[in-house]
Amino acid sequence: MGEEVLLRARGVRKSFGNVEVLKGIDLDVRQGQVVSLIGASGSGKTTFLRCVNLLEEHDGGEILLDGDPIGYRMEGGKRRRLSEAKVSAQRARIGMVFQQFNLFPHLTAEGNIMLGLTKVLGKGAAEARDIAGHWLERVGLAERRGYYPYQLSGGQQQRVAIARAVAMQPRLLLFDEVTSALDPELVAEVLGVMQKLAESGMTMLLVSHEMLFVRDVSDRVVFLDGGQVAQAGPPKEVFGNPESERLRSFLGRMHGIFGQIA
Amino acid sequence: MDLQPGTFAFEAWTARYALWRGLWATITTSSFSIVFATLAGLIFGVALTYGWWPLRLLVRLYVDFMRGMPVLVLILFTYYGLALFQVNVAPYWAGVFALAGFATAHVAENLRGAVQSVPAGQMEAAKAIGLSFPKRLWYVIVPQAIRRMLPPWVNTCLEIVKGTTLLSVIGVVELLLATQQVIARNYMVIDFYLLACGIYLVVNFCIAQIGAALERRFSYIRY
Repeated sequence: MGEEVLLRARGVRKSFGNVEVLKGIDLDVRQGQVVSLIGASGSGKTTFLRCVNLLEEHDGGEILLDGDPIGYRMEGGKRRRLSEAKVSAQRARIGMVFQQFNLFPHLTAEGNIMLGLTKVLGKGAAEARDIAGHWLERVGLAERRGYYPYQLSGGQQQRVAIARAVAMQPRLLLFDEVTSALDPELVAEVLGVMQKLAESGMTMLLVSHEMLFVRDVSDRVVFLDGGQVAQAGPPKEVFGNPESERLRSFLGRMHGIFGQIA
Repeated sequence: MDLQPGTFAFEAWTARYALWRGLWATITTSSFSIVFATLAGLIFGVALTYGWWPLRLLVRLYVDFMRGMPVLVLILFTYYGLALFQVNVAPYWAGVFALAGFATAHVAENLRGAVQSVPAGQMEAAKAIGLSFPKRLWYVIVPQAIRRMLPPWVNTCLEIVKGTTLLSVIGVVELLLATQQVIARNYMVIDFYLLACGIYLVVNFCIAQIGAALERRFSYIRY
């Protein structure tokens, strides 16, 4: 575990109106690690993930990627939002895969992957097409490159969405409950792709309810409860030795779904 | 064929240049209005959706004013009203501006509706790959919004073509006024109004067909 810290969150706070959803989250993700956020719905997992990618703006604390503060810089003790161009550049270094896939319906599988390569990274069309082809092959969809999203199954769409995110060569990949909208028989193909990515050394931060997958693939598991980190550690420790009653009852409910996790 | 004066065929043949010039005026005023209204409407629509709030308010006032105003009043105002302020515009262009100004409001409102009906996840996915705001708009949102805008846009085009008949009031010799001038010579009221009806129907049918072809062209955009 000597790798450097890639993502560091310190005291991250976020409120929606009067409701404080994140009450000071501290979290480190090291280079090459897979870190999973678990917790009941409403515990702030997804909100935290979205703050990392600036789809939500945190109100307090800081999030550092490679030591650079995300979204804000401090100026004379005050937080100043970064320019839109800087925010976009930061987002390009972080990939995100969504629960609802969010493929662009007017572009083919290949076109979805090429858009960021050509319009953000400035690659030529030929090179972008090669890269798209490479990643489509890696997710097992080489022969579907010319298909539009509506011609693909949910699992295939999600694999294209993963390819779209990885092709940008991000420093960090975020996965937001990416199998929750899939039919059960399609979950495995998506998890398989994610497992391969994890093995290839990609740094990943994921929110998931697939406890067995989380247990097998994660280096660290972080249990969020009421907008705070209630317990964090290697999966064996979190699943095998839950410290709080809340985590025990959460895992208890999950046992009912997945069988014995620990 | 029996081409005697007084028969419809003879009179129509005699009036062919007058009617053609009228039809041409209808087609060109419509085309200019549609092009101006579409371009301005797209810009206004983006301002209406994403603009800084004072700009949004301004455009909102414009849209609501234009939508609440009878087109004929707008046409009369741009022609006679502006003349009172020493701004003299030829009837042809006064008519084009009035129609374009009117239809701009409709296109802008259609665009806003279309953009807002694109699922929020599309904008988020576009943000997530690092696209800048103009690129998110241009490469992700607009292509999907256009698909949704097409049917109401075709309606607006048809309204513009029909609206050009009102330009006869300020002396633009478009198809309707040309027809009336022909009727004034030969008194064949029913025949020539029917002819004008037929021509308007053909023009609008063509526009509707183009619209349908465009819709088919974009039909691959589905969720």
